[in-house]
Amino acid sequence: MTQEAQPQITEAKIAEALSRIPYAKELAIRPLLMGDELTLILPYEPHIIGNPMLQALHGGAVGAFMETAAIVQLWLMPNSKSLPKPLPKPIGINIDYLRRGKPQDTFARAIIAKQGSRVANVRVRAWQNRYDEPISILHGHFLIAKADKADKAGKERAGDKKTDKQ
Amino acid sequence: MNEKEKALRLKRLWDLAPMFVEGTPHAKFLGIKFVAIDLGRATLSLPYSEKLVGNTDTKVLHGGVLTALLDQASGLAAVSSFDDTVPVATLDLRIDYMRAARPGKIIIAEAHAYKTTRHIAFVRAIAHDGDVDDPVATSQASFMTTARGFKTNTDTLAQTLARTEAIKDLPPTTKKGAP
Repeated sequence: MTQEAQPQITEAKIAEALSRIPYAKELAIRPLLMGDELTLILPYEPHIIGNPMLQALHGGAVGAFMETAAIVQLWLMPNSKSLPKPLPKPIGINIDYLRRGKPQDTFARAIIAKQGSRVANVRVRAWQNRYDEPISILHGHFLIAKADKADKAGKERAGDKKTDKQ
Repeated sequence: MNEKEKALRLKRLWDLAPMFVEGTPHAKFLGIKFVAIDLGRATLSLPYSEKLVGNTDTKVLHGGVLTALLDQASGLAAVSSFDDTVPVATLDLRIDYMRAARPGKIIIAEAHAYKTTRHIAFVRAIAHDGDVDDPVATSQASFMTTARGFKTNTDTLAQTLARTEAIKDLPPTTKKGAP
């Protein structure tokens, strides 16, 4: 993706995306915006532990966190002119667990490897102490939600006869 | 393992499995419930909750919630597939989301460790909301036993032997048609 195509990500837009994901709120996921680069933070809470003996984070919690990072990043991409638009849906994801998640804050950043008109391929890295030492990596496909009905209706009125074609 | 050892192991798993689930803070946080266990198989359930929703427009559960449920069920199936009760860690997990989970429905996750080596278990799982032939999601995962093992077997030999009496009425096993 070229630099020009990068979206103007604002804190307000990120907050709007997160507000539409109740489970993200439940995990207390919060954003950190540096320039146009979004990092999500999963604050440590005892209830995200998966193995109390090893004090390791639950793979499901880390997975949900990375999936949220992918969905928010995709939603912020300007693939539809009008907001609000529906949230992208996961189709299939792969998660590699590389290191034990320690009982501390975790960070995640998503990269869109390929964005098609309907499906996007996203890679997410989750890390704790060092970006170079990821605790987990996710890659997967997400269904980009079609433009909402109002948007579609607007297009039809404008005489845009373009169908789903090939 | 001979038949008697298998029966003992199964009895032990039925005793331990509910504690494994309830003793996992994140599973408890999500409301995951133990349903059934067999050698190499585990079934868990997750009641619907508003706080686990991933999209306010559709009220559908967050995909990550299914990830956690499938991971938990698969991990339990992995544990039950080893001869001893050893802790496991997820190496990788692949999930396919077949359809949206219906709001309000309980999700059932059935996992099957179809191959286990000395330290690795390969597990397939399916999540559905009542009809196993209409899955919400399916998963494929691998687990390894963690180096820092611990003994959960605190029973004395006498206690174990006393238990053999109870083996006659073993609890029902999980559905044989699981993946």
